[in-house]
Amino acid sequence: MSAAGIAISRRAFLGTTTGAAGAFVLGFPLRADAQGAAPEVNAWVVVHSDERVVIRIARSEMGQGTLTGLAQLVAEELECDWKNVATEYPTPAQNLARNRVWGNFSTGGSRGVRESHDYVRKGGAAARMMLVQAAADEWRVPASECTVDKGVISHAASGRRTSYGKVAATAAKLTPPTEVPLKDPKTWKLAGKPLARLDTVEKTTGKQIYGADLQLPGLLNAAIRACPVFGGKVRSFDAAAIAQRRGVVKVVKVGDNAVAVVADTWWRAKTALDALPIEWDLGEHAKVQQAGIDAMLKAGLDAEQAAVGNRNGNTVEALAAAATRIEAVYSYPHQNHATMEPMNATARWTADRCEVWTPTQNGEAALAAAAEAAGLPPAQCEVYKIHLGGGFGRRGAVHDWVRQAVAIAKELPGKPVKLLWSREEDMTHGLYHPVTQCKLRAGVDAQGNVTALAMRISGQSILAGIFPQNVRDGRDPVAFQGLNAGGGEAMFGYAVPNLLIDHAMRNPHVPPGFWRGVNLNHNAIYVECFIDEIAHATKQDPLALRRKLIPDPKRLAVLNAVAERIGWERPAADVGGQKVFRGLAQTHGFGSYVAACAEVSVSKEGDLRIHRIVAATDPGHAVNPQQIEAQVEGSFVYGLSAALYGACTVKDGAIQQTNFHDYPVLRMAEMPKVETIVIASGGFWGGVGEPTIAVAAPAVLNAIFAATGIRVRDLPLAKTSLKRA
Amino acid sequence: MPKLNVNGVVREHDAEPDTPLLWVLREQLGLTGSKYGCGVAQCGACTVHIDGAPVRSCVMPASAVQPASKVVTIEGLSRDGSHPLQKAWVALDVPQCGYCQSGMIMAAAALLKTKPRPSDADIDEAMTNICRCGTYNRVRAAIKQAAGMPATRSASAHEIIHLERRTT
Repeated sequence: MSAAGIAISRRAFLGTTTGAAGAFVLGFPLRADAQGAAPEVNAWVVVHSDERVVIRIARSEMGQGTLTGLAQLVAEELECDWKNVATEYPTPAQNLARNRVWGNFSTGGSRGVRESHDYVRKGGAAARMMLVQAAADEWRVPASECTVDKGVISHAASGRRTSYGKVAATAAKLTPPTEVPLKDPKTWKLAGKPLARLDTVEKTTGKQIYGADLQLPGLLNAAIRACPVFGGKVRSFDAAAIAQRRGVVKVVKVGDNAVAVVADTWWRAKTALDALPIEWDLGEHAKVQQAGIDAMLKAGLDAEQAAVGNRNGNTVEALAAAATRIEAVYSYPHQNHATMEPMNATARWTADRCEVWTPTQNGEAALAAAAEAAGLPPAQCEVYKIHLGGGFGRRGAVHDWVRQAVAIAKELPGKPVKLLWSREEDMTHGLYHPVTQCKLRAGVDAQGNVTALAMRISGQSILAGIFPQNVRDGRDPVAFQGLNAGGGEAMFGYAVPNLLIDHAMRNPHVPPGFWRGVNLNHNAIYVECFIDEIAHATKQDPLALRRKLIPDPKRLAVLNAVAERIGWERPAADVGGQKVFRGLAQTHGFGSYVAACAEVSVSKEGDLRIHRIVAATDPGHAVNPQQIEAQVEGSFVYGLSAALYGACTVKDGAIQQTNFHDYPVLRMAEMPKVETIVIASGGFWGGVGEPTIAVAAPAVLNAIFAATGIRVRDLPLAKTSLKRA
Repeated sequence: MPKLNVNGVVREHDAEPDTPLLWVLREQLGLTGSKYGCGVAQCGACTVHIDGAPVRSCVMPASAVQPASKVVTIEGLSRDGSHPLQKAWVALDVPQCGYCQSGMIMAAAALLKTKPRPSDADIDEAMTNICRCGTYNRVRAAIKQAAGMPATRSASAHEIIHLERRTT
């Protein structure tokens, strides 16, 4: 969104200087272009008289490529010239004002394409039908006799031609069609192709504006510190101690738990905040230690009460009757999203209006948060979405930083204030990947058939922390991601005659959040590593065992694709004198089938090298294969960072890790080769951004076991030495 | 007033001497292409060149930059995005969210100055910047492309295999 991103911030700027805030979203009928034509054909498509086509995108671009993918889907049906396409974000308040014509703004759960493909394609198709109708009306011929190619409309019989730009104004006045047929994906020309992203160039020149970069006339800057212990409060602070520092404008108490310093520059605000004496009331959680959280979860592993997620047969009897019983306990820690761009928002508040500029995965949720914090109805508020420097779930459901920014701006009416969190604030006040443990027990008969599987998850519920109204009878359905019996989403996939998967909810005081991959991350580790344990304990090939247990051909197809590509039947070649070993994993989530096979070596000293990962994903329809590949690779970096290093631990109620020195992530030297197999089997729409993250860790952990005989069950891997005698 | 030579222009600013170069660039000189990611020289999103060498500007006091030194930021790497690395970045569609990419490109540009044909080990050593989106393989491929080296399959992230499109 190179052009549009800048255009939006420019419009936002115009809005602040002219006060015409409600009307400055480019392309609405109230705005005419240079030739005086009304360019909006419908909510999704604006056609300018110079043939430029602006496609409206409701979901947020945060690196995942949804902006380009959604534009491809609209343009495919629109039949416009891709070279003329630009994109723009409609605003959340406009969406409300127009009866949510752009649908859901939420950009999480890998749903950008999979949950809006239908209506955005219809938007493009309806616009094409109206543009063609306008030409046909002018020529007094049936629209069915007209054809379109790259925005040029032709009538073969009369030899007449016109273009979208010429008929757009007339088309915009037509009644939208009620029947809007869509193309068969097999005939796609733009969608399904590995087109270049629309938002790359300005990311290579420094011109792309992120929330942290936003400039407005008279802008003030704020730095903030919240109580280090979740649930603690501000007792007092000594504003006079820093009042004389250069640039300091105001010291503001934010809510009951934070203090912000507002200054002319952020660096002056930040350094003044560092010097500000603050007394905290740390509250009841100040006594909580990580060992206490671990013990609470451990008790849940054998608790009598648990919510059932997937059950068939009788595991008690089947386990008792089994020839071989296998048991293991795994654990997975809290983790921070650590987006490269820390949380930030710019807000300007007056008694009758509040405006917020922020990188958000959900503009409508940001608007709701802003309105509540502003004490104004949503219709008197607006959110301008700014390009995100990473999202990964942190910037979606909860907009804590937006509330803070508005609260600060309220103390300085009429003045725009940009709140930027320090990395330390971001690390210690996240919405963390939920902490869980899992006990698995399997029963295997004398022939090597898995007759029973019992899986008890103990630990944190995201919904209990964020959407408690969605927890019914103590059951958080999201806890069973990748473990569901059916329903088409995040299914378990192994056919075991006696199965019990349940969840004993144990919620520490650390706030949980949706974290790229969500519960599929740890659930896939638990299941896929334990399947590997069963295979080794019963001397079965891990691929053969999976094939035996998986009835779904789509699931088998991704598994077989990686096995074939990696050459599972032959041993891997040595690398640098080290033997190379393999590990497999597969799962289903966010509507897609995914599998991975990792190749690793581990030196005697315990140095791990991940050489190569082959991944396969079947999202049904592949809208942009080269971006799917980028997402697969990127998800592996995110997933392997988590598996190898990611842990946020609690001491005296606070998160101990403060920056990348003690929350390390994968870097380039550790990055394996990734080979991505995109299977577009058709007939369904799956997500892309998240599913593959879940297979990176178990594939590598299973390969580590093959290499060392060491079964890593306590994540992250950094806690376990791989050194052998 | 203190002065800095940035992107070929001598510019004045009024920041305190201990203000990191990054914040002088971003807040005093309006050059927001260099990013704040960690503030402790861990992530490299703030990487600029000082006399051609890559520097993490978030921990470099502005006053420690010699008056004769030449600072180059992503905005000054080329006039029009035509540096071979920028062209390779576009050709391979490297960025995802893009927030770390200014620093990535500046680190890579400094590498290519000293090692015009870098080995994988050279790249590993020089490119310690953090990317949370996970663009590392495309970054590596783009550096090699900019260096005029064939991006071997082992170095390239680019392999998309379309299995036969089936309809179910």
